[in-house]
Amino acid sequence: MSPVPEDRPGPIVPEGAPVPPDEPDRPRVGTDEWVAQVEQRREAGKGLTGVIARAWERVPPPGRLLLLLGPFAIFPFITNEGNLFRYGLITIIYALLAIGLNVVVGFAGLLDLGYVAFFGFGAYLYGIMASGHSGHHLQAEIAVPIVVVSTALLGLLLGLTSWRLLGDYLAIVTLFFLQAFVIFVNNANGGLNDFSYPFVGKVDLTGGANGLDQIDPLNWFGFKITTTRGYYFYTLIALALVMTMLFFVNSSRTGRAWRALREDPLAAEVMSTPVNRLKLLAFMFGAAVAGFTGTIFGAVQSGAFPGDYDVGLLITIYAIVILGGLGSIGGVVIGALIVNGAPELLRSSSNARFLFYGVLVLAVLFAMRPWYRSLVVLAGTVLFGLAVHAIVAATWSRGTAGHIEGAGTLGRALDHWVLLPSHPERIAGWAYFALIVAALVLTIVRGWWRVVVLIPTLYLAAFVWENKLVEQVSGATRLILLGALLVVIMNVRPAGIFGTARVEVV
Amino acid sequence: MRSLAPLNWSLFFGELVSGLTLGSIYALIALGYTMVYGILKLLNFAHGDVYMIGAFVAFFVLQWLGGPLSPAVTGWLAIAIMFAVAMLACGALGVGIERFAYRPLRAAPRIAPLISALGVSIFLQNSALLLWGPQFRDYGTFDLIGVHSYSIGKNFFISNIQILTISVSIGLMIVLALVIARTRSGKAMRAVSFDREAAEMMGIDVDRVISFTFFVGSALAAAGGVMFGIVFGQIFSLMGFTAGLKGFTAAVVGGIGSIPGAMLGGFLIGLTEAFATGYLPGGSVYANLYVFALLITIFLVRPTGLLGSPVIRKV
Repeated sequence: MSPVPEDRPGPIVPEGAPVPPDEPDRPRVGTDEWVAQVEQRREAGKGLTGVIARAWERVPPPGRLLLLLGPFAIFPFITNEGNLFRYGLITIIYALLAIGLNVVVGFAGLLDLGYVAFFGFGAYLYGIMASGHSGHHLQAEIAVPIVVVSTALLGLLLGLTSWRLLGDYLAIVTLFFLQAFVIFVNNANGGLNDFSYPFVGKVDLTGGANGLDQIDPLNWFGFKITTTRGYYFYTLIALALVMTMLFFVNSSRTGRAWRALREDPLAAEVMSTPVNRLKLLAFMFGAAVAGFTGTIFGAVQSGAFPGDYDVGLLITIYAIVILGGLGSIGGVVIGALIVNGAPELLRSSSNARFLFYGVLVLAVLFAMRPWYRSLVVLAGTVLFGLAVHAIVAATWSRGTAGHIEGAGTLGRALDHWVLLPSHPERIAGWAYFALIVAALVLTIVRGWWRVVVLIPTLYLAAFVWENKLVEQVSGATRLILLGALLVVIMNVRPAGIFGTARVEVV
Repeated sequence: MRSLAPLNWSLFFGELVSGLTLGSIYALIALGYTMVYGILKLLNFAHGDVYMIGAFVAFFVLQWLGGPLSPAVTGWLAIAIMFAVAMLACGALGVGIERFAYRPLRAAPRIAPLISALGVSIFLQNSALLLWGPQFRDYGTFDLIGVHSYSIGKNFFISNIQILTISVSIGLMIVLALVIARTRSGKAMRAVSFDREAAEMMGIDVDRVISFTFFVGSALAAAGGVMFGIVFGQIFSLMGFTAGLKGFTAAVVGGIGSIPGAMLGGFLIGLTEAFATGYLPGGSVYANLYVFALLITIFLVRPTGLLGSPVIRKV
């Protein structure tokens, strides 16, 4: 990385190259302003984020891998079994899935909304080959390669549609594919309404809505993985291998061709890039990774259940990929940490409370400019809440009759600030509606008006949180927040948090 | 598994009528997809959830009017009010979604508004789940207007509700066709869909046309949602996903961007689903799989749909 002097914008001329004789303003063939200035733009990053980004750039790739995954390797030794499963193992599984999806969406630019079906397919196929439910008990060294190859073939089949279909059409076909998969596994239990297959008749393939249970632990050459810690390291090693592989693929011919395909399929085709083959390759790669992850997930859960492989998971994985940045390999690990870690913290309501108010306060502090406005907002919100609480307590005693359950210090303080009606159901519903409207109004107003609107909005958010959202932190609330996050990130940074901004050719 | 019995006309006509009823609902959803796609080239994933919210708004209007057992006005008037309120509310919702989730992304890469739409969809769906719970709500159509079945000949039966659904949907489609063909706004819509930049240069307020399109499309989806509630009685917060998928399939099968295509596609999907349920192996649970097979087949034969015009890509 050679820094370019500030006083020489425009194309980089190699040292010692003869200066072109004609006038410097003439457009030059073979150079592009935007490409030539990429180093300068990178150097121009300001503040802490710029410093971190530059430091990150200087770390050699093996070091980056170690920095990203090293903390994961230490994690099992400082935590208990339950936490290791929920925070550690699931995060790595999500990261692995997200990396596979990133190849399809981030590298090749194909919007595959059926991706989760491959994950489910892997888990079910492994379950069919090795479980008490099906009666077969294949060793992992036979079953896992079969799963990976057949998932890749399934990916090939689905990928074939991408030859003829453009972006959005492909999205709907793949989404329908996922739906078809879910319907199939929900019903293929050899029951009354099920298919009668040629030659074999009715077969209980998936156990229907009850799921396919008693899946064997992975048994590699007679060595059974039985503990969570075992699966954790197994998955972590797989993640490291896949990331390394992708790093090399990304800088190879194929990787460059994928990026060309993503940026402009037509131009890539004209440059005689084998577009169709590359699309299939991306689909197959993604599917194989998902299928492989499926075998782990099935074995860990010792069962495969249709509800696990539905649109909810699809959104989660998409949120990870987008947070991490489309096309960024390391980003997905961070994305997975955030997307899986935060809702897991939400699971206990007092943790959730700290997280919720913490994020609100931080968002106000970072997003408001100049800095004193954020202080005005925070102080204003506290005073506003106290005033509202006092007025309501004086006029409508039921409005403050409720209490926060299992409250800590923060909860007791909030008892005197947030309105907690004794029967909050209906009013909280309307408040939720009002909160959405207020949040939307915030995006329109400017200047001091924003401060004025923000204060009641924050109070409303706290009210809705305590009276409504906190009830379903692991279910609907989680997905509501993820959905809103997707919309907000797309509006603020369409390339994702760690993704690089792209050139849009007009 | 029922065997194929070509002489069972009662089953045949039964499936035909229920296919047309379903199809008219799908067609209404498909119209919204196809109009938005025609103008913005955007797949509006949230459309199915707008349909669901339309069904819920109508349900709460019915409760507000006194419920199906003792409505404040006569049954048919109650239904008319339900349609009107749901359509207006969802029209406004559609305009809001466009304003806040899609408009800021006009200049972004193609994938950004799609993901934003996915976010809106999951947001609406789970908001409904949070506010109204996962349980089924019953419109109580039987109590509200009574269900009568009319017969033509020995085997052909059709109920007043099915007649209502099919005729309201065809009526709305005729109105839409007239709006697009005859009014100034319709003309502007056609112009924007043909060439947005040129339309803008001719002095057409493109943002307003897009808002109008979202209003009309979302209102039609809401009408579809109310019809679903009236025909099947039960509505639930997750109903939007599958219906949206079918609606989009209908739009694509008919040729996305083509309004007659959306109507044709809607009826085709409805009929496929009904006949698959009646005649094909495993049809009662796997009807959607057959719809998927139809979608794939049509894509392989005609990637731009039945009535779609071939896509000319500009570089």
